[in-house]
Amino acid sequence: MSLTPYEFSTVPRLRKLQVINSLRKGARIDGRGFEDYRKITIELGTIPKAAGSALVRIGDTTVLVGVKTEIGEPYRDRPLEGVLQVHAEFVPLASPTFEPGPPDENAIETARVIDRSLREPRAIKLEELTIVPGRKVWIVFNDIYLLDHNGNIVDTSMLATMAALRTARLPRVVSVEGDTVIIDKSTREKPLPVQLSVVIVSVAKINGYLLVDPNIDEESVLDAKLMIGVDEKGRIVGMQKTGQRSFTRSEVDQAIELALKKAGELHTFLNQALAGR
Amino acid sequence: MMHEKPILIREDGLRHDGRKPEDLRPIKMRVGVLKNADGSALVEFGKTKVIAAVYGPREAKPRHVALPDRALIRCRYHMAPFSTDDRKSPAPSRREIELSKVIREALEAAVFTELYPRTTIDVFIEVLQADGGTRTTGLTAASLALADAGIPMRDLVAAVAVGKVDGVLVLDIDQLEDEYGEADMPVGIMPNLGEIVLLQLNGVLTPDEFRKALDLAYRGLKEVYRLQKEALYRKYYSGY
Repeated sequence: MSLTPYEFSTVPRLRKLQVINSLRKGARIDGRGFEDYRKITIELGTIPKAAGSALVRIGDTTVLVGVKTEIGEPYRDRPLEGVLQVHAEFVPLASPTFEPGPPDENAIETARVIDRSLREPRAIKLEELTIVPGRKVWIVFNDIYLLDHNGNIVDTSMLATMAALRTARLPRVVSVEGDTVIIDKSTREKPLPVQLSVVIVSVAKINGYLLVDPNIDEESVLDAKLMIGVDEKGRIVGMQKTGQRSFTRSEVDQAIELALKKAGELHTFLNQALAGR
Repeated sequence: MMHEKPILIREDGLRHDGRKPEDLRPIKMRVGVLKNADGSALVEFGKTKVIAAVYGPREAKPRHVALPDRALIRCRYHMAPFSTDDRKSPAPSRREIELSKVIREALEAAVFTELYPRTTIDVFIEVLQADGGTRTTGLTAASLALADAGIPMRDLVAAVAVGKVDGVLVLDIDQLEDEYGEADMPVGIMPNLGEIVLLQLNGVLTPDEFRKALDLAYRGLKEVYRLQKEALYRKYYSGY
């Protein structure tokens, strides 16, 4: 069951005035412009035991993604394709409001929004992950680990996911006899077949103002947020509105325009980080 | 096993079930279908059939979840085990957890929760038969159930999914079109205010296609809204 969030219901009301007063003056509480991201850093290969990994920070929000692979069976309705699974864990060390336990609706939503933005445009060529058609395929687990929550988890997680997937390598398949597949786990050879890069730009609406990359104070008072997945060709590959209020049509149009512009910058940044490895 | 992709747009330009791209499925709506609930509604879009019930505003349980300044909304979107082609486990799936959240947030935008501090308003949505568009049908039914419960709202919420199938933008996609189409975009709006309360896109659209898809949704939702008001009149306006 989904409940209206009930933690911290009074503090944000005071904070909201502060945030809005700042926006009225044309600035955000941390001094950024409406279209500015916080500082982004991408570190690759943080976890050598993973097939691919990346630690991404947007401001103080920190996400670690590790990709693991194993041999398994394909989905029954997709016998000629490998399997991609995206999971997100909001572990309790990341925020005073997180509790241990199975993923809550926010973690599930984050994972599913990222999953769809990869799956729908076929960012990974899953058909190339088949080993024995209909029976044995690569299963790719993309685990998103939120380490420090200071707002805009989804954009950060998507960047970390993309960086980890694009640097991931599969172990060598030593032999295939019937359904028996032997792999050499000590090797990392073939790159994961990633054919398309995707980023997500979240646009927050606060009292009619639209801004990108909301920090945690802005998130606690925002009216609504639109997460927009954009691929490197400038197509919209996924979208999700969250938050307890609405958008007008012209706000949605503006949000998309903003997202397309910022997505181009994120793609360039990601490509530079990957080229420099 | 994998099936071959069926033809979704026929040579005559019509869809696999004979509808034009901008056509809705046959819609049925009935308000006040349950005795116990404070408000309820049954809504059908073609073969998709969803029932929604509202309990509240009522005392918040457990007490600590109560909000000092407004009502707390609790929402559950759930699919009956017999609603799908293969039996669906009744345990809540990740999909159902996500949809419960996006539907709750859509309803929060419409309900004047500030009128009922320290209470909960419970919204229960059960998908009885699923043939595409269950979240939008559920949201449409839930807003009718809230109105039936007498809970003040800024506007009703009307929802429908637009899709892209065989390269054509179409209104109110069914399961086949969802399964084999290129995009599925559920849209929920408050029609009189023109504001968007639910928006998701699963699939790929160019920015231009997105704008056209949203136009298509708005046009279709005018009719959904008319049917919602008609369903309320039927129960509450004796002269109707």
